Order: sequence, then structure tokens, then C-alpha cells
Amino acid sequence: MFGAHYKLERNAIGLVLMIIGVASIGGLVEIAPLFTIDETVEEAPDMRVYTPLELAGRNIYIREGCYACHSQMIRTLRDEVERYGPYSLAVESQYDHPMLWGSKRTGPDLARLGNKYSDDWHVAHLLDPRSVVPGSVMPAYAWLARTELDTDDMSAHLSAQRAVGVPYDEDMIAEAAADAIGQARPDSDGAEGVIDRYGDDTAIRNFDGAPGKPTEMDALVAYLQILGRLTDVAHAGASENVESAESGS
Amino acid sequence: MGHLTQGERELALLTGALLLALGMLMMVMAWGDPLSVHGAMFGFSGAAVMAVTLRGMFAPAPDENRFASYYDAPSKAGIVIAMIWGVFAMFIGDWVAWLLVFPEMTFDAGWASFGRLRPVHTTGVIFGFGGNALIATSFHVVQRTCRTRLPDQFSPWFVLLGYNLFCLIAVSGYMLGVTQSKEYAEPEWYADIWLVIVWVAYFLLYMRTLARRNEPHIYVANWYFLAFILVVAILHIVNGLAVPVSAFSAKSYSAFSGVQDAMTQWWYGHNAVAFFLTAGFLGMMYYYLPMQAGRPIYSYRTSIVSFWGITFFYMWAGSHHLHYTALPFWVQTLGMSFSIMLLIPSWASAANALLTLNGAWDKVRTDATLRFMALAAIFYGLSTFEGSFMAIRPVNALSHYTDWTVGHVHAGALGWVALIVFGAFYAATPKLWKCERMYSPGLIEVHFWLALSGTLIYVFAMWNSGIIQGLMWRTYNDGGTLAYSFMDSVNAMYPYYIARAFGGLLFLLGAVVGLYNIVMTIRTAADTLSEAEDRPLGPILEPAE
Repeated sequence: MFGAHYKLERNAIGLVLMIIGVASIGGLVEIAPLFTIDETVEEAPDMRVYTPLELAGRNIYIREGCYACHSQMIRTLRDEVERYGPYSLAVESQYDHPMLWGSKRTGPDLARLGNKYSDDWHVAHLLDPRSVVPGSVMPAYAWLARTELDTDDMSAHLSAQRAVGVPYDEDMIAEAAADAIGQARPDSDGAEGVIDRYGDDTAIRNFDGAPGKPTEMDALVAYLQILGRLTDVAHAGASENVESAESGS
Repeated sequence: MGHLTQGERELALLTGALLLALGMLMMVMAWGDPLSVHGAMFGFSGAAVMAVTLRGMFAPAPDENRFASYYDAPSKAGIVIAMIWGVFAMFIGDWVAWLLVFPEMTFDAGWASFGRLRPVHTTGVIFGFGGNALIATSFHVVQRTCRTRLPDQFSPWFVLLGYNLFCLIAVSGYMLGVTQSKEYAEPEWYADIWLVIVWVAYFLLYMRTLARRNEPHIYVANWYFLAFILVVAILHIVNGLAVPVSAFSAKSYSAFSGVQDAMTQWWYGHNAVAFFLTAGFLGMMYYYLPMQAGRPIYSYRTSIVSFWGITFFYMWAGSHHLHYTALPFWVQTLGMSFSIMLLIPSWASAANALLTLNGAWDKVRTDATLRFMALAAIFYGLSTFEGSFMAIRPVNALSHYTDWTVGHVHAGALGWVALIVFGAFYAATPKLWKCERMYSPGLIEVHFWLALSGTLIYVFAMWNSGIIQGLMWRTYNDGGTLAYSFMDSVNAMYPYYIARAFGGLLFLLGAVVGLYNIVMTIRTAADTLSEAEDRPLGPILEPAE
């Protein structure tokens, strides 16, 4: 064995090919099957895609690095299910390009945040977190309420999403900018189209509660309110397969 | 410019012109998008390259005897640049640590909030500080261990400066809100493409240098540098696959989603630790530690076993970041199993390093430079043990999502990566600038103790806060309900966040002392050493051109 290596380390190309070969095995065995094994992702016939406003809010969530402190992945542990709700299923993030499971909870998990608090609470919290949660270490995001939402290239965003596999149809792509504004303005002409395209359960509200054009606050709150609510499938088998942590009193 | 041949000057001019044209195109076409800011940065860089090249265009051609000496100017520049990145990014790290104590310090502005500054810190230390250190030392090491000069004078500068352009685009992007949100792979698609170009040049440069070697064997340090260059390329390309919103938009959407994206991301993320933060720095250790100790590596066969063990096992371990999640159980189990097996090659490397010091422990006591490297090997052993331990499912149930992970990362990043870099820099700087020793050995001692105490305070604070957090989240009352609200656990973190920020401050101060010492060494260097002992093998090195 060491004799063979004695020869290998005299050959740069051989060393390169060997490194590539040896290093590739692990990834191939663990990642490739995830795309082909059917059981990896559950069925969720009732699942809908993000509306343009929610997608814009999700992009703000990404832009501000919210994922650095908030996970969106409830593990199959008893205390997590009791604290946050049913554990997360793979299908729930099947349209998440990229996923935002996160790796750190400086703040709480947000996978089931939708409809847990009112829009007003979210706006107050984002304007000044400590006004509603004393002791919070979250930064304030007050400028979101002052920044008008850019909807100009929403159609291009939906097209790119479709290119990576999210089932947006032609109509959704064409009307993306109008739908983004319509969802935040219930009285406008655009509101009805959102219901037509994304379903009756879609929340059409003035999320930031302020008059005028939709802001980034509207988009972010719309996104936070849809978290965990694109499908109900996780609630079906809610308490099965949960593991109890050993410790605790 | 005097270093470059006429042909290389023309190549540099062409590269500058292409960058300028590309930058202008991006700036104009993407007007109003953050991409235009980065276009301006590309364009400015191109213009700067052109200006410098034109000023030196008609300088005398480089000495024909240049092949009788090593080409160290890029390594020298890389060391200084790495130290500047280190001080900057550690400052940002300490700043965001204080943000958790004083969350109001964000000036009501997006760029100053925790979420945008955190990747500035991580990218700044990993890629800015660590990456420049790897490039600088790999150029230094590959020439000595192959007894040959780098094949040309253009590509090392293209790699070093191009890489730094990538780093600048990355960190400025985060502040502007440009991010892919994939941890440690945040830069957007166009920065990713630029890094691929730079990285291919790095690989070719390395292979061309190896091809010119005058030693029959490729030394073990170079195996690690090669694995670092190759595997980081594979990881970066696969994890970065994305579809941009348009050719002139900074925003893109990842090709993967949900569970597949999570697995790909942590396959990348964990192996960025393996092949960026471990393999590359092991390469550094395998050269500078034996050189400074004046002892050969303890066991050649252990180096072989641990090298291939690390290259093979690490690639399976990423899924331990996803225990108890929606990732299929069999993948979690594979990740856990290989993470535990990984301890064998990891400890073999650490033991190989420490046993090399047998017969030189008196030097460890008196020479702070060698002590930096010895302590780095100890921290490497400790944090790889901790890593394998945390990859065990029930342990991970407690540690995941908590500050324990942050503590573990910093035991590795401060205790292993940064200490081996400082040791290597203190060993290489006097040699590169041809003087007897560093400007102040006393300041190396000061730096050593600041770094050690800072690391210990940091890691102990995060162990405490992480374990308390994890236990509070899972503690039940006698009545069977959860005992603590999430805010209870946040409030409990307060003293530890202060301790962590203080530990980080000590470490930062140490880095500032190190930068000062290196700068003063350069300023007072007087070429007191002859090149006789530090030069490639004789005239056979003359190229056949």
C-alpha cells in the first residue's frame, strides 16, 4: 500500500485524479439519491406557490440575513413540537429556492409563524422589537416601512423561479407586478386577480396598515404570515414519530 | 512591473482592459440594481491594473537570472493583505458580538444590522484572512518543496488580486443586500463565476509549478494544498448552481430547493470546513511546523493515512448538520457514522504534528512562533473531537441551533486556523524579507497570550450559553409543560454574550499587535540574510524558451 503511494506521489496528474475520485464518493452516495427516491419528499396536493408579494417578502428576509438567527425547521423532538408546532416536512420547502432551514436560533424558529400574531404586531415588532418583546436582541427594521416595494421586475423573478422548477403559469408570470400590489391593497382592482390565481385562502390585506404604495414592510409581513401555511399536510400526522429528549425535569 | 516580462505586461494590460469593459457594461446595463455597483468595482479594478501596467510598461525587462531565485513578491503581498483582512473581519465579528448586547447600535440602517454584517465577518475571516493566507503560504511552500520557481510572474498576481476582488465584491454585496443566503457561500452568481475563473488559474499555476519540480516526490504539504484547491472548486461550483433573474440583475434563485438544497448546502458547508479550513491549513502546518522545530515530520505513513482518511471521510459528514430534520433518516445516520470515523485521521494528523515536536519541546517553551503552531495542533485535536461528539444524534439534539455550535466553530477558527496562520506568518515573514527575526519577539509573546486567553474566554462563554440554551428549551415542569419561554433563554444569554464579545476583543487586539509586528519587520528589514540557503536548484531550472 505504501509502495503504491510512493509511486502515486511522484505523479501530479495521478494525485489530482485520485483526490477527485476519493472525494466525490460521499457526495454522490448521499445527494444523488435525494433527487430520485420518491419517499424523500411527501405528497401535498393542496400546496400552493408563493404569491409575488410573498416571494418579494422572502427575498427581503434573505437580503436582511434573517436566516442567520431564525431557523425554519422544527425537528422531530417533543419539546420542539410543543413549542413551535408540528415538525417540518420536506414537502413544505419544496418550492424554497434556496431553502431557509437555518442553523442557529438566536431568535425562535419561524417555520409555523404564519397567523400566530396579527399584522399589527409584526409591524410594531419590526419597527421596534423591544416595544412588544422586552429583552429582545433583534435589530429594528424601521426602514422597511419607509421603502417602497420595487415590483418592476417581478415577472422576471417568477420566470427565474419557473426555470428552477416552481410551477408558476404564464398568467401568474404576466400579472406578477400587478398581483404584488393587488395583494397588499384589498380595495384595488388587482386584488381579485390574486384570488383567481393563488386561491381563495390567499390573504389580501394592507399588511403594513399604511396608506400609499405597498412598502417592503407589506411584503415581509405577507411572507411571515404565510410561513407554514402553504399546505396543511404537516398537521395531519402531527404527533407521530416524535422523540423525547432525555434530559429535563 | 519590473518583475513581469514584456509578454506578461501585455497580458496584464489586456486583462485590465477586459475587466474595465466588462465592468462598464455591467454598470450601465444594470443601472439601479446593486449589480451596477459591482460593475463599477470591476471596472475600477481593471482601470487600476491598466494604469499600473502602463506606468511600468517600458521599465527594463526582468533579469534573465530570475530563475535562480524564488518568486516571493506575491507571497509577501498576500501576507500583508491577509493580516489586514484579519483585523477588519475580526473587528466586524466583535462588533456583531456587541450588537447582541446592545441591539440598538444599527444606526437605523440596513447595512449595519446583524444579519447583513454577520456574513461580512464570516467571509472576511474565512476567505479574506484565511484564503489570502493560504494563497500566500501555498506559493511560498510549493516553491521550496519543489525547489523550483513559480512558472511565470503574471498568474500569481492574477490569482491573488483576482481573489481579493472576489472578497471585496462579496462583503460589499452583503452590506448592499446582495446574498444567496447559503452560509459561507453567500456571494451571488456573478461573483461565483469570477471566483471560478480565478480558481482555475490557481489550479493551473499550482500544477505548472509541480510539473517544474526538481524533487522526484511531491511533498505532503502540497497534497493538502492540491486537495484544498480541487475540492473547494467542486463544492463551490455545485452548491452555487443558480438561475439569475436576468443577465443584469444581482439576484438569482438556487437550482436546488428544500431538502435537496439543504443537503447540498451542508455538503458544501461542512466540506468548506474540511477542505478550506482544514486541508489547506494542514498543508501549512506540514511545512512550517517541522521547519520551525528543526525536526522532520514524525511519521510519513501516518501522513498518508490521515490525508486519504480526511479526503474520503469528510465528504460524507455534512448531513450531521441536519439531524432530526426533514432529511431522510438514512442520510443522517451515514453523516453521523462518518463523522465519528473522521476522528481517526483527524487525531492522526494532530498526533503527527505534536510528535514531530519531540526533541524540540524546549523550543516550544522559548519560541512563541513555534508555540503558536503547537497550540494550533492541540486545538485542532480538541475541536475535531468536539465535532465528532456533536455529530452524534442525541448530542446534536441538545447542541444544534445553540451557541455551542458557535463555540465549536470558534475553537476551530480561532484556536486552529488563526493560530497556525499567525505561527506560519511569524516563521515566513523574516525569511521572505531576508532578516534574522521578527521586529519584536516580545510582541509575538504578547500576541500569543492575547490570542490564547481570547480563545478560551470565547469558547467557555459559548459552551456555557449553548448548553444552558439547549437545556432551557427542553426543560419541562412537573405539570408536563415547557418550563421556559424562548425569551427566558434569550435573557439568560446576556452575561455570556458580554464575555464572548470581550474574548473576541482580546483576540482582535492580538491580531492588531501581529499586524504591527509584521509591518515593522518589513519596514526595518535590511536584507541581512544571503539567499544562498533559500534558492532553487542550480541552472537546470532555466526554461527552454
